[in-house]
Amino acid sequence: MLYRIGAGGVIKGLRPLILRVAVACIVMGFVLGEMTQPLAKTPLHAWHCSANASMAPFAGFEMPVHYGSIVTEHHRCRNGAVLFDVSHMGRLRFEGDGAAQLLDHLLTRQVVDLAPGRVRYALVCDARGGILDDVLVSRVCTPAGNDYFLLVVNAANRQKLLTWMQPHLADFPRVTVSDRTEITAMIAIQGPRSLQISSGLFKTDLRKLRYYRTVVTEPFSKPVIASRTGYTGEDGLELIVRAEDAQRIWSNWMLAGRKDGICAAGLGARDTLRMEAGMPLYGHELDESINPFEAGLEFACDLEGRSFIADDSLQKLRQVGTPRIRVGLFPEGTRPIREGANILDTSGASIGRVTSGGPAPTLSRPIAMAIIDRSQAAVGTTVVVDNRGRSQAAVVCPLPFYKRGT
Amino acid sequence: MNPEELLYAETHEWVSLDDGVATVGISAFAVEQLNDLVYMDLPAVGAKLSAGEEFGEVESVKAVSPLYSPVDGEVIAVNEALPENLDWLSEDPYRLGWIMKAQVDNEDALRSLLDYAAYQRQCSESA
Repeated sequence: MLYRIGAGGVIKGLRPLILRVAVACIVMGFVLGEMTQPLAKTPLHAWHCSANASMAPFAGFEMPVHYGSIVTEHHRCRNGAVLFDVSHMGRLRFEGDGAAQLLDHLLTRQVVDLAPGRVRYALVCDARGGILDDVLVSRVCTPAGNDYFLLVVNAANRQKLLTWMQPHLADFPRVTVSDRTEITAMIAIQGPRSLQISSGLFKTDLRKLRYYRTVVTEPFSKPVIASRTGYTGEDGLELIVRAEDAQRIWSNWMLAGRKDGICAAGLGARDTLRMEAGMPLYGHELDESINPFEAGLEFACDLEGRSFIADDSLQKLRQVGTPRIRVGLFPEGTRPIREGANILDTSGASIGRVTSGGPAPTLSRPIAMAIIDRSQAAVGTTVVVDNRGRSQAAVVCPLPFYKRGT
Repeated sequence: MNPEELLYAETHEWVSLDDGVATVGISAFAVEQLNDLVYMDLPAVGAKLSAGEEFGEVESVKAVSPLYSPVDGEVIAVNEALPENLDWLSEDPYRLGWIMKAQVDNEDALRSLLDYAAYQRQCSESA
């Protein structure tokens, strides 16, 4: 009895008995045909199974979608704290002479001026200005005095990026690029109580770690990279740990947060949380056919006084202007609008499509993001969504839908 | 309604037949698998349905599931308060969570439905 919602709307044909897989397919627009390869397991896989998680394939990994209720996990994150296993994210290390210059050449943000211990959000764009990925670049300093860069990339883009950057490496012969994804795990704690729960667990007092800063520290005498970053709109930390330490750090964190009601949260809640926070997700709001201006990510492009792979095209695109732009939508009524739905203006002309949509648990109403014609993108404009054959009005609204502390 | 006395469609709808009138809902197993329901559509009273035909839908946070009629017949009542009280589907799927009642045209068609034991087997195989 289940439909899959993916790019291009609703696809019928899943047998009713594979609800779990179907649910996850929706989370990531996963194509069933890609499920033939054996799935990778994160170092926390056994924990998820023992917690009865609903598991599903995501970007080649078997990942938890939820542990009982997406909505409950969502609210716990907004009101307390949750742990996410985000080990599927790609972790690429760049070190050696010229590492900063290489990354500066690859990324839309300046990297050569990135101070030790700082993190920056950036895009990887091809020479045409299409978005290959959105990433976090960190300059990590170890206590032993090693200085290197870490690029956290989307799971589904890791191999693509490694292949794509290959020809550019030749100009930077002293830079070593190593894929640390499989030898490490990545755990996020997100929610207003995250820092309080974590205090005392680490050698460093992470409450003093400022937003978008990173530090190498030790919880339970295990070396980790801790960053004050996240993908939920809440305060929190993201930790990169050695694979063999993951289970212990995760369990100890759970224990430390018990009286604050900490729980594990899966990819389902991660998606509803980031949607409320107005954050784009690669493969939905971002892909190679979308440029940073259309995605509303001009802030992530440093175009003045530097040269990098996409600088020419991005300069031109900025000058000419782009005909479409990412917006937020409040659908009227209670029926969610979903990714792929066609959007029309009030005269019936197609003006774009929904890139992500669903219920917003914090707002108790449906929300959506869409890329539409700029002429219809002013806040307050009413548009019409073809919601699986039924017309449903929606109003353009500002992003984000949710901001903490409001 | 006692779940052990109901009939079930493979697509997880339950049926209770009483004097030619079928009451239809969805099983506790289906509600649990769907996870976090957020929206539902009911059929119109007076609609003529054949067995296997879509008569409504339920949406969870991440999925849309059509509801298929387990019977041939005409819709004579719908649970109008249900879309505003989706909790009833998880708290009381066989009583408060009923979805529609239909005047059944052809009771023979109910023979292809599963009894409780067979439906339980189907669920445990898919869990």
